[in-house]
Amino acid sequence: MYRFEGLALALALFSAATPAAPVWHGLGQPLHAEEISSWDIDVRPDGVGLPAGHGSVAEGQAVYDAQCAGCHGTFGESTDYLALAGGVGTLGTSSPQRTVGSKLDYATTLWDYINRAMPFNRSKALSPNEVYAVTAYVLNLNDIIPADARLDQHSLPKVEMPNRKGFTQQHGMMRVDGKPDVQNTLCMKKCAPAPVKLTSQLPAGFATQLYGDLEGHFRRFNGSAPAVAISLSPAALAASHGCLVCHAPQQSKLGPAFVDVARRYAHTAEATTLLRDKIRHGGSGVWGNAAMPAQTAVPDQDLAQILAWILSAAPTP
Amino acid sequence: MHEKTPPRGRLRQDAALSAPPARRLFLRQLAGSAVLGAAAGAAADPLPVPDSAKQQGKPVASSPYGQPARFEANIIRRQSPGLTRTNQSSIAFTPLQSLFGIITPNGLHFERDHAGLPDIDPAQHRLAVHGLVAAPKLFSMDDILRLPSVSRLHFIECGANSGMEWGNAAMPTVQFTHGMLSCAEYTGVLLSTLLDAVGVDLRRGRYVLAEGADGASLTRTLPLSMAMDDVLLVYGQNGEMLRPENGYPLRLVVPGVQGVSSVKWLRRLEVGDAPWHTREETLHYSDLMPGGQSRQFTWIQEAKSVITSPSGGMQLLDKGGYYEITGLAWSGRGRIKRVDVSADGGRSWQPARLQEPVLSKALTRFRYDWVWDGTPALLQSRCMDETGYVQPALRQLREVRGTRSIYHNNAIQTWQVAADGGVHNVQV
Ligand code: HEC
Ligand code: HEC
Repeated sequence: MYRFEGLALALALFSAATPAAPVWHGLGQPLHAEEISSWDIDVRPDGVGLPAGHGSVAEGQAVYDAQCAGCHGTFGESTDYLALAGGVGTLGTSSPQRTVGSKLDYATTLWDYINRAMPFNRSKALSPNEVYAVTAYVLNLNDIIPADARLDQHSLPKVEMPNRKGFTQQHGMMRVDGKPDVQNTLCMKKCAPAPVKLTSQLPAGFATQLYGDLEGHFRRFNGSAPAVAISLSPAALAASHGCLVCHAPQQSKLGPAFVDVARRYAHTAEATTLLRDKIRHGGSGVWGNAAMPAQTAVPDQDLAQILAWILSAAPTP
Repeated sequence: MHEKTPPRGRLRQDAALSAPPARRLFLRQLAGSAVLGAAAGAAADPLPVPDSAKQQGKPVASSPYGQPARFEANIIRRQSPGLTRTNQSSIAFTPLQSLFGIITPNGLHFERDHAGLPDIDPAQHRLAVHGLVAAPKLFSMDDILRLPSVSRLHFIECGANSGMEWGNAAMPTVQFTHGMLSCAEYTGVLLSTLLDAVGVDLRRGRYVLAEGADGASLTRTLPLSMAMDDVLLVYGQNGEMLRPENGYPLRLVVPGVQGVSSVKWLRRLEVGDAPWHTREETLHYSDLMPGGQSRQFTWIQEAKSVITSPSGGMQLLDKGGYYEITGLAWSGRGRIKRVDVSADGGRSWQPARLQEPVLSKALTRFRYDWVWDGTPALLQSRCMDETGYVQPALRQLREVRGTRSIYHNNAIQTWQVAADGGVHNVQV
């Protein structure tokens, strides 16, 4: 949203300044202010673009518990997706925690992002009042506004974010002719003392554990590399299909630990078919109230491998 | 599925026979008897005539949209297990280790989505242009394809490329250390042509907001000066329409600038007089410095290079002998001027050959003839761009920027070639 949309003045100025417009200037349809209103959802730090509306921390909690907590955790603490609270004061430390509370300089950005992109699986489903409310709640989870606060289009831009002064534009990367902050030289000989010391290496076995056999990642014509088989370990497959966001081999998370699944179905005939269908369709009630969303994107053969691994009774990472 | 055991011989011997004259001469010098001595061959059996030479092949157009040979089925984009929390807001990396030249095939262009891959019908797609313009307009794809067009080769590199390597060696192959990088010939309309056609207010307009039509409606602020310079509104990639993963049917390409600015599935451009401070330019894509300040609007991708072969995870076939070192260099500030290669961890350097064309804000391929003596080696490349900027060592970057910034790691990469021919990602 911009403050002075389609100024008549500008129109006059530009058509006057351009002698004969190129022929293609006729392409495209005129765009009217009412038409763009449904798309023009951006909000600036000065509040330009915020629709009228309001919401309180308490109202926000209701929205949050129903529509956000499943992914972001009851207190915004979940690191399975992104944590929405915590980390204030950590940015200058050796373990900075970047959250909307600790890093944003303007609360308007939080409003804008929730409004355009959340809930992740059904974005743009919230009304302006719900966005004000849930924004208030997330700010309260970060101790930025009190529990009895209420936000509207006038108060939101005034919220003082902890990291308000945490950004700088004093660096060389804003312009193509900017001045670089780090310089190297074209030294050609005796540029470092011998022997050159290694400061970091991958731990032995790390790559294979996470990526499976790396040989399959390279082109080889000498007959030794498999042309088609791309082998990921079952654990890596489960990770790559997002299962490990909600499951772990040994601990229960949002979903059951895979050892417990193996134990439960050790004597069930057709366990593979049963679980495959459950994973495909999703559902809840077997292990608690939490639901598993339908996992439709996993190819059959990957799912078969993952299930065999889960049911092998002792899945290890 | 496999062909029968290939005829006698190793890659190197075949290469020696079919290599162009210059290379052959070089190999002969190398041969000095020991290395290639056996190539002339003692066995006298005639070569088997392959089955393919005795049969009729498939009809033409058996594959109306051609696919790579079935033996190339493992040359694919890959996700890095555990790197992202969802498969929708995630990254698929380009297999740089397996590519030639400077063009990334369309099916292998890296993919970074923030809310999954949308399915957009070009007949329904519209681009709205509004804000500080004299005549706000809505363009259909037909309108956009009728505008005067240009084709340009450019790289796109994610600002977080190599971001996992700031603190320590973390990824096993160049696909994962550097594979948020691709280069294509893009066809479309100069953004300046379009902004001109809507009468952009150059006096009061300072910034342009670009927004995607995906679930995240990803937004980024561009300075208007950049938008009026070389930014492209793109529909074509390497001769065909954009692939869905790369923004079909319409995207921005902002040359030399971190990839997130090249907004995919572009549906809206708004001209304004102040930056928007969107989530993707404050909370993310801003570079955290020691002390806790973040550099914001770190648009430019500074000069960088990497050896793509030999590179991490590869196994050299022969313990010693000739290997071509080859790789890529690029700069968001213009052309690559030179690339040097080191085999001793940066103690000494030799100039590499640059393959033409050497284009501004595009990948440049470099090559270097290396004769490996079979002892452990540390391979590095270091580029300089036309501004005279020399790619820094990781140590130099860390001294200024610490290890927590995530973005803009353009450090010299080191590949260790172990005595057994295994190649590994290490830091020095
Ligand atoms: C299905 C899971 C899911 C649900 C439900 C969900 N989110 Fe999210 N949320 C995500 C994911 C995944 C991301 C990260 C997206 C990305 O990185 O592009 C995210 C990011 C965010 C962020 C930005 C955090 C950061 O550090 O960048 C905010 C704020 C947020 N969500 C708020 C909400 C609110 C408020 C709701 C409820 C109205 C909600 N989310 C519902 C999955 C979810
Ligand atoms: C968003 C979180 C989430 C994701 C992602 C997820 N699950 Fe689940 N999963 C759950 C929950 C919650 C349950 C418990 C459902 C119940 O109680 O009926 C569950 C249950 C299961 C079960 C036991 C089913 C039963 O009826 O006993 C298996 C097996 C399983 N998941 C495997 C997988 C696999 C494999 C994947 C990846 C393809 C996956 N899950 C992805 C949350 C998830």
